[in-house]
Amino acid sequence: MPKERADNVEYLIRGATLPDGTRSDILLAGGRVAELGSGLSRAGASPIDADGLVALPGLVDLHTHLREPGSEQSETVLTGSQAAARGGFTSVFAMANTSPVQDTAGVVEQVLALGEQAGYVTVQPIGAVTVGLAGRQLAELGAMAASRARVRVFSDDGSCVADPLIMRRALEYVKAFDGVIAQHAQDPRLTEKAQMNEGALSAELGLTGWPAVAEESIIARDVLLAEHVGSRLHVCHVSTAGSVDVIRWAKARGINVTAEVTPHHLLLTEELVVGYDARFKVNPPLRRREDVEALRAGLADGTIDIVATDHAPHPTEAKDCEWDAAANGMVGLESALSVVHASVVANGHLDWADVARVLSHTPARIGRLDGQGRRTEVGAPAELTLYDPSASRVFGTGDLSGKGVNSPYLAMTLPGRVQATFHQGYPTVLDGALLPAAEVAAARSEVGHG
Amino acid sequence: MRHLLSTKTISRDEAIVLLDIAEDMADVAGREVKKLPTLRGKTVVNLFFEDSTRTRISFEAAAKRLSADVINFSAKGSSVSKGESLKDTAQTLAAMGADGVVIRHHASGAPLVLAESGWIDAGIINAGDGTHEHPTQALLDAFTIRRRLHGAASRGRDLDGVTVTIVGDVLHSRVARSNLWLLTTLGAQVGFVAPPTLLPADTSAWPATFGFDLDAAIDAGPDVIMMLRIQAERMSASFFPNPREYARGWGLDDERFARLRADSIVMHPGPMNRGLEISSAAADSARSTVLEQVANGVSVRMAALYLLLSGDREDS
Repeated sequence: MPKERADNVEYLIRGATLPDGTRSDILLAGGRVAELGSGLSRAGASPIDADGLVALPGLVDLHTHLREPGSEQSETVLTGSQAAARGGFTSVFAMANTSPVQDTAGVVEQVLALGEQAGYVTVQPIGAVTVGLAGRQLAELGAMAASRARVRVFSDDGSCVADPLIMRRALEYVKAFDGVIAQHAQDPRLTEKAQMNEGALSAELGLTGWPAVAEESIIARDVLLAEHVGSRLHVCHVSTAGSVDVIRWAKARGINVTAEVTPHHLLLTEELVVGYDARFKVNPPLRRREDVEALRAGLADGTIDIVATDHAPHPTEAKDCEWDAAANGMVGLESALSVVHASVVANGHLDWADVARVLSHTPARIGRLDGQGRRTEVGAPAELTLYDPSASRVFGTGDLSGKGVNSPYLAMTLPGRVQATFHQGYPTVLDGALLPAAEVAAARSEVGHG
Repeated sequence: MRHLLSTKTISRDEAIVLLDIAEDMADVAGREVKKLPTLRGKTVVNLFFEDSTRTRISFEAAAKRLSADVINFSAKGSSVSKGESLKDTAQTLAAMGADGVVIRHHASGAPLVLAESGWIDAGIINAGDGTHEHPTQALLDAFTIRRRLHGAASRGRDLDGVTVTIVGDVLHSRVARSNLWLLTTLGAQVGFVAPPTLLPADTSAWPATFGFDLDAAIDAGPDVIMMLRIQAERMSASFFPNPREYARGWGLDDERFARLRADSIVMHPGPMNRGLEISSAAADSARSTVLEQVANGVSVRMAALYLLLSGDREDS
């Protein structure tokens, strides 16, 4: 039985709009959704006016780079958790390409513990597929699965598991503990020195092309491998129209594949590369307008299951340079919901129930993460995001809460705003502002290990 | 003109003004004292992150003939090779009071990044960036073609209706890109001939024709044939089976040279691989402009430096 805090452990959210469009008060008490309905009252509960706000289940990001251990100048588990909370997330899956790599039980347990200490979100480590992400030898997948971190998602993200035999073995092996391989689909030989999408624009700009076929051929191979061995495959950051077609075909065939798209691939196109501004350098690269349209349609029809940020913080000097020398990646946690709003909600591809599905329910299910991604119903864990869809803002560095400022949206006008985030029943964001680390850590220690 | 970064954004009138000024500069080269006081007191830095002795000395000669002070900053043996960033290098040059920076860089877009970064206020001339552009090479090529066609009556003329066939490694060539935009702006018709592996995968945005057959292109009788250099690193990367097969298919050998229209101009940006993309007979013939291109390069670069650095700098 969790010990109650002396003050304000209970929150009465008044007049929120649930994802299905119905209006309801929501009482959060004891780390749970305690009551739903209209005209609720509760003595001692802190009232929150949610008139006009959408109450989404706490967002779950299946693809986050937290950089700790090893690159703490870019991000730490704490600062990345803060960025996540600011963006309405209550859980993030931490990618394995840290230093040391998350390829042993010890490292994944360390990342888990750092997340618990920070207390802003549930930090669920992802395990590397191969030792050191080198693609040659399976990492200790079983040990990571059996560790306190309960790893179920394995990925060499940043590198592709290119060797077909290693990929086959990994897909087979994780069946023992209901794991999934999250593939970074990029044929390494077809993308040597690649700098941007290969097409008419790369020809003009003189940048080495990253052809769509380098992604599509790996996805095609992997869905066939998954079919052959009866395993579960997840495809990271799908970026091309052809990839959507391959995955649609695989799903129609009954293959157990899920796929994600990033917010930036739903909104931005390769045209942004024209000025060689390295903020727009990302892997996989920004693609053509036709690809963006196909990704939106694929997300709308369920071919693509989820949106995941691929939040990739970098220090300023990694972007303040010539294009070839710049690092790949963009920060995305703080802007994700607004970008999804702008790219697929505003034009009717998705409604808010769909957003709850692609940014909460389904990523939690793919990652087999308990306590996250539940519908807002009585008894569900108090993981909640209040979003103001009527807001609009010029996105700036003040909207970022992580260490990285490598956002492609700076100076762009984005819709909406995360007003509040609740994790395990306590707030991490209120009135659009992040709560201080000490306050959040104290709240977390009150509820104990959730 | 604030910077010279690309030929894509140069208008026909701007190009003709620059070429006409280059004619004036060429006249200076014919005098006993080959020097003008125009840029006295100005500092031009040749910032070379990639070796290119030819281009560097051409810019150096151009700046010196205009009486500018010239500093050569080569990445080899400098702090750049010890990991100093483009930003730090640029800010260092700004602190030293550089008025103009001539930059050669292995990364496409580096001159544009330098021009728009705010790190340095100097006028930037792109002396070749990665596989993107080499604007002064295209300008000197246009200048050379115009002089061959119109001689002393060149001033004010464009290249309307001139047919130019560019042959070789188009995919990796900044010379090809800069010539495409400049020559078409001046009214010329550009055709590229290359093995399919050395053309970009998607050329739909290029206002040019594309072919694989050099013999057909020769028989079509172009006004100009420009042979591009094959870099050594392409030889081992399966762009073509071997140099012999490349030369057989896409080299301007003696037989093809003999078939070429008698008044066609033969161009090469240098340095040449004799016997690979061009035979000695073609390179050394009277129809070859290889050495004229070198001489004209100085005049064109003088014109560019003059337009960027003389008088008050305009705001961008």
